[in-house]
Amino acid sequence: MNQDQKKISLTNRSKVVSNKKMTLMERFYLPAIFKGMSITASHFFKREVTIQYPEVKRPFSDIYRGLHVLKLDDEGRERCTACGLCALACPAESITMIAAERKEDERNLYREEKYASMYEINMLRCIFCGDCESACPKEAIFLTNRTVPSEYERADFIYGKDVLVEKKDSRIDVSKRQTPEVLAFKQDKSKSHNN
Amino acid sequence: MFKVTIDNKSIEVEPGTTILQAARMIGGDVVPPAMCYHSELKDSGGKCRTCMVKVAQGSVADPRPMPKLVASCRTEVMDGMVVQNITSPEVVDARKAVVEFLLLNHPLDCPVCDQAGECDLQNLSYEHGTNTSRFEEEKRTYEKIDIGNLIQFHPNRCILCYRCVYAANQLTDNRVHGILYRGEKSEISTFIHQAIENDFSGNMIDVCPVGALTDKTFRFKNRVWFLKPMDAHRECTKCSGKATLWYRGEEVYRVTGRKDKYGEVHDFICNECRFEKKNSSDWVIEGPRKIESYSVINQNHYKNVVIPSVINPIKETME
Repeated sequence: MNQDQKKISLTNRSKVVSNKKMTLMERFYLPAIFKGMSITASHFFKREVTIQYPEVKRPFSDIYRGLHVLKLDDEGRERCTACGLCALACPAESITMIAAERKEDERNLYREEKYASMYEINMLRCIFCGDCESACPKEAIFLTNRTVPSEYERADFIYGKDVLVEKKDSRIDVSKRQTPEVLAFKQDKSKSHNN
Repeated sequence: MFKVTIDNKSIEVEPGTTILQAARMIGGDVVPPAMCYHSELKDSGGKCRTCMVKVAQGSVADPRPMPKLVASCRTEVMDGMVVQNITSPEVVDARKAVVEFLLLNHPLDCPVCDQAGECDLQNLSYEHGTNTSRFEEEKRTYEKIDIGNLIQFHPNRCILCYRCVYAANQLTDNRVHGILYRGEKSEISTFIHQAIENDFSGNMIDVCPVGALTDKTFRFKNRVWFLKPMDAHRECTKCSGKATLWYRGEEVYRVTGRKDKYGEVHDFICNECRFEKKNSSDWVIEGPRKIESYSVINQNHYKNVVIPSVINPIKETME
């Protein structure tokens, strides 16, 4: 039986339990207790591995994939045209939107003649894969190095445009997400899809 | 019967068949793309030049090759003709140039355009074009025009294929639009913004290969790839009543004719069916419309699910 067990062992670390009598030292217990306590005590003098969240926060990578942002362009107009490619690319089907036509007096609000009147991301469904960011032809949606806070209600995790669209006075920098290759591609007029 | 060989595949066809029709009889990769040719519209074709092919051997009687590339939609086959389509680098190169020319003034506003996802020009440029443009000048722009309250016309996107003009000429008794001006300045227009009002005007939307003529009642309502196409028919006194309903959930977003794999409608429908009957109860549903597998409309739709019998192997014996 012992040999059979060795045959199927994957790690070679399995031990056969024995019922041998303990020695005097082992029966004395105190040496084992001191040995354990010394390990515990040694940790008082080692570097802490935990941090005091939320007073202290760990640094995030600049290209961390967290909470989404809907970017405004340089003139403060919404870039999103509700083309639906992010929703199509989304593997978790967490994005929904309703498109509307821009009116003549809304030219300073929306960049193109079509815009998203409703844009929602269900953060409970979202897996933060970044496919929406890759799919976006208008550079409107980006993931950022912010996190989604916890909530009490499920409905609170459905983020609308009021949360997702960046504020005009507090812009969110996504330039680190754009590598030199990406920027060179965008500056090349021949590859521009925005007329 | 004439024997014609296209890309090393032979077929026998009736005299009077064009190269494009013969290629479609063979099917597969040898079919040249076509933007302006529409099999149901007489005299269509010969405008866009995307279907150009090389005739390597004119006929048995005169085996010399034709001196230039020919438009396959307008060239009739001869007995013993040998045609090269994708096997000729010259044709592939010329087609790339044609796509570049078609896209010179095209706004590339696909994220806004309602035709995106079922657009012939989009398919053409993905398949045969390059992903760069050498055009540095300002694009020619026009304002969009409402042709009546059902159809909207975007001249920027128009590639001047004339299909809508032929459709109006051949399907209705009174054409009120056409091509104005000449050459680079030519544009589709009604004379002094007249509304196009007849029972079959909606077919202009279906025959338009790009997003120039779009359904105003569907404008920005939804993207085609979120909709589920279903074949349906109804009793109609004016037309065949055979249509495709585009559903999202229980709601019918739009009604179109049934486009085949070349983007051509064979049963034209009237405006009553297209614009006024948008309830499921008006129609007899036949089943889901089969869409070509490469189309974005098929994205995220599960099809041909075969339930394996091993899920419940004893089910049959139980019954």
